Amino acid sequence: MYNFTFHRPTTVRQAAGLLARNPEAKLLAGGHSLLPVMKQRLARPSALIDLSLVEGLSGVEQKGRSIVIGAMTRHADAANSPVLKEVMPGLASVPASVGDPQVRNRGTIGGSIANNDPNADYPAAVLGLGATIITNKRRIAADDFFKGMFTTALEDGEIITKISFPIAKKAAYEKFKHPASGFALVGVFVSKRGSDIRVAVTGAGADGVFRVKSFEEALRKRFAAKSLEGMTIPANGMNSDIHASAEYRAHLVGVLARRAVAKATA
Amino acid sequence: MSATGIGAAVRRKEDLRFITGKGQYTDDVVRPGEVRAAFVRSPHAHARITSVDASVAKSMPGVVDVLTGAELKNDKIGNLICGWMIHSKDGSPMKMAPHPALAADKVCHVGDAVAVVIAETLSQARDAAEKVKVDYEVLPAVTDPAKAKSGPQIHEIAPNNTIYQWSLGDSKAVDAAFAGARHITKLDIINNRLVPNAIEPRAALAEYDSGTDQLTLWNTTQNPHVARLVIAAFVGMAPEHKLRVIAPDVGGGFGSKIFIYPEEVVCLWAARKMGRPVKWTADRSESFVTDAHGRDHVTHAELALDERGKILAMRVSTIANLGAYMSTFSSSVPTYLYGTLLSGQYDIPHIYCEVDAVYTNTVPVDAYRGAGRPEATFVVERLVEIAGRQMGIDPVDLRKLNFVKTFPHQTPVIMAYDAGDYHASLKKALELADVKGFNRRRREAARRGKLRGLGYSTYIEACGIAPSQAVGSLGCGVGLWESAEVRVNPTGTVEVLTGTHAHGQGHETTFAQLVSERLGIPFENISIVHGDTDKVQFGMGTYGSRSGAVGMSAIVKALEKIEAKAKKVAAHMLEAAEGDIVFKDGKFTVAGTDKSTTWGDVALNAYIAHKFAGQDLEPGLKETSFYDPINFTFPAGCHICEVEIDRDTGKTEIVTWTAVDDFGTVVNPMIVEGQVHGGIAQGIGQALLEGAVYDNDGQLVTGSLMDYSMPHAHDLPSFRIGLTETKSPSNPLGIKGCGEAGAIAAPAAVINAITDAIGTEDISMPATPQVVWSALSRTQTRAAA
Repeated sequence: MYNFTFHRPTTVRQAAGLLARNPEAKLLAGGHSLLPVMKQRLARPSALIDLSLVEGLSGVEQKGRSIVIGAMTRHADAANSPVLKEVMPGLASVPASVGDPQVRNRGTIGGSIANNDPNADYPAAVLGLGATIITNKRRIAADDFFKGMFTTALEDGEIITKISFPIAKKAAYEKFKHPASGFALVGVFVSKRGSDIRVAVTGAGADGVFRVKSFEEALRKRFAAKSLEGMTIPANGMNSDIHASAEYRAHLVGVLARRAVAKATA
Repeated sequence: MSATGIGAAVRRKEDLRFITGKGQYTDDVVRPGEVRAAFVRSPHAHARITSVDASVAKSMPGVVDVLTGAELKNDKIGNLICGWMIHSKDGSPMKMAPHPALAADKVCHVGDAVAVVIAETLSQARDAAEKVKVDYEVLPAVTDPAKAKSGPQIHEIAPNNTIYQWSLGDSKAVDAAFAGARHITKLDIINNRLVPNAIEPRAALAEYDSGTDQLTLWNTTQNPHVARLVIAAFVGMAPEHKLRVIAPDVGGGFGSKIFIYPEEVVCLWAARKMGRPVKWTADRSESFVTDAHGRDHVTHAELALDERGKILAMRVSTIANLGAYMSTFSSSVPTYLYGTLLSGQYDIPHIYCEVDAVYTNTVPVDAYRGAGRPEATFVVERLVEIAGRQMGIDPVDLRKLNFVKTFPHQTPVIMAYDAGDYHASLKKALELADVKGFNRRRREAARRGKLRGLGYSTYIEACGIAPSQAVGSLGCGVGLWESAEVRVNPTGTVEVLTGTHAHGQGHETTFAQLVSERLGIPFENISIVHGDTDKVQFGMGTYGSRSGAVGMSAIVKALEKIEAKAKKVAAHMLEAAEGDIVFKDGKFTVAGTDKSTTWGDVALNAYIAHKFAGQDLEPGLKETSFYDPINFTFPAGCHICEVEIDRDTGKTEIVTWTAVDDFGTVVNPMIVEGQVHGGIAQGIGQALLEGAVYDNDGQLVTGSLMDYSMPHAHDLPSFRIGLTETKSPSNPLGIKGCGEAGAIAAPAAVINAITDAIGTEDISMPATPQVVWSALSRTQTRAAA
């Protein structure tokens, strides 16, 4: 690890100020993606701005027809949130499936989304529920937020404060774990909220998380696993590596989408 | 059986310190004034070093010095060696290329060390290491053993990158048997390359005392005396008596810590040069590209059978990848630890095996849990299974038909099996696994859309390594006996110094159980000492499941001498004839009388020497022995794996695992179970998850735990474990050894189960979901066509 300065602001305003003054700085949330690359000397931020003491960034609450999760909410806390498990267990299952207990007790939803790792779980849920990302500056719709792997709509100095998820009656996540890392080799989140039907896929796409319009279309007729029978997506545009070819990933998208719908309608 | 004697499931003494963070590993040892080493490593698989410029690095904060391969050469530090001579078929010796601890002219794999930075802190050393400027002329590389012979030549000494072309057995007899066979099964196998990943990375701390000209090395080693011998006699670092090697607590080895590595040599050299203690501890990324890897065979195998399924002969041809340099025992692994086990549990009249060992631009390959025997077992058990399926014979029946039934049994590949009962372990395993109910379970699984399969592996291994004369005749550079010293203190407590080394095996417990039983003294009064060349006399260390069979036998011999001496002391104390003294349960009694004395009194009297004349009987109570085994031991057993495969994803779930092993005498069943569990986990890892992948440029693609998949707890079922017992007639306790069995048996059982489930003849390891899914897609396409 190279040397860096360490800041521990207590308000979002202070954090944003530090970020503005240190263009090479990085926000530190759970640190589970950032710290390993710093240890390997692959990242060299001039400063870390630790958000762990910033007030009001953690917690899960129901606000009307939405679930609002603070950006610094740890995966374990979201997964075990009584209100979330009650209102939308399909969403609670997403942080529950992340990594291992150590990761779940450090990693945060804000960190996961801001990083937009192409194999991370939360982006599938955010896009798959059509959530709204709330920052210190504005509100961003999920459909406008993810801009390709490790890239988001966040601007310089912008800090995610919370994510608001509309409560969907039917929602489920199916994940095929990468055998070594525990990330999603492929993960599919499906939801049905009135006529709004979403199928979002993580892990598979070469450009990160994406929606499968053809599946959504089919599910609009009838929200049942059967509606997706025999449906696949083209291997074109899928990731390919030593763990899974593009064809295999494309195949898994179909399998997991059917299973997710089955789970959501069970 | 006493509560702490042989056969008791005594809790491990050593675990208190391990689980409370009190273990002392090499990295925990801190010496006054110590500095840290960071290595500059090659990013290229194969390149000529054109220049090394350390001027910037040397001027950086905290840097004490930067040393290069050229300086190592100037200081006449010798090369690392491979200690087992293998001769080719044509009689020529193996082509051992120079392996300097720091490369001076050429690098041969990614991770090859070029220079070392010594600095006050680790961060300073790493900062400076980045600034050492090395210019390379990059050369083409080869990593695939099957392509090595036609690849770019790596070492001048080895044309076609061929180290040796070895053979074992009678090829003419095998050809004749094949000519007369009714059925021939052929199989191509890749035994995947594995990265060991002991939980504690390798580390070295070297210190030089100029006052006494003494070097001390704390090191993660499985065999401190062998390390000292090689570093003294071959590397020429210091005379043996001026070098002390200490292996403190060591967190797992699995073979990877047997070998003598460049880093310990460099730390010793640097410590003497700078006059300060030098410490190096690998990080995980460094471990991946420097710890010796395992396996990596490409094999073609054939089995000839008659019309009833009786095996007539076997023919095996293997290319073994030894990596960029010959590691310490690398040559023996694909030869005498492999070819000699190809008879499996079967009575096979004729076997011929050829092995070509090759250099490639990869990390050196050497012994890894099982070492050669997992590769052999995989060949044999896959061939037998496939032959049965092809001939329409139940694989169990085919095995039974061919089992060795009488002992001793001489195989055509050197080994003489001394004892075993292969029917017994198979029978017990069939019951424990409820094989009778398998078809019902398969139908039930099919209703859930799952493919269920059953796979057997009836394995054998040769452990208790090894009779010195025998291995000497096969090229081994050392003897493989073991030593023990039993020191009885005046108060009757006992210290046992053993030449073996524990790095997770629990010797402090099992060895104490032996002493407690033999001397009838409390378990708590016994200490086991190992891992320090200044304390313990020369010993050979721990590998090849040898510590029980060989190490404990040495302790038995020393204890016999102790008992004989103690009886003499007791005879003086009790004023009786020595021949009348009976020693039982820690008490010395004059036969037929009630006159007796205790262990503690005898120990005290041995040292105060008041009851006998020192001229007649030497005071003291301490004995030494060196035990050389008369044969290998032959643990064997039957593992049965039952899998369910998800048709849609190709994911294999191991539903049940049954292991029935014959380890001879079991000293501590709890520890043995632990060893079996660990071995199976590693074997399942090889079959389903693990596999080192190099790209064409020689970069290790699976260079971290994010890409190299070690088995997790959730990948494994609860194991059904059973034991059968035929005692080894080759050592006094009847022990065979248990450390490697699981890793040897498991891969074939898994692959036999998967192929049974999906109805294909073969599937490659690791059988990842994608691999299985692809195989399923192919069979479905075939079925549709």
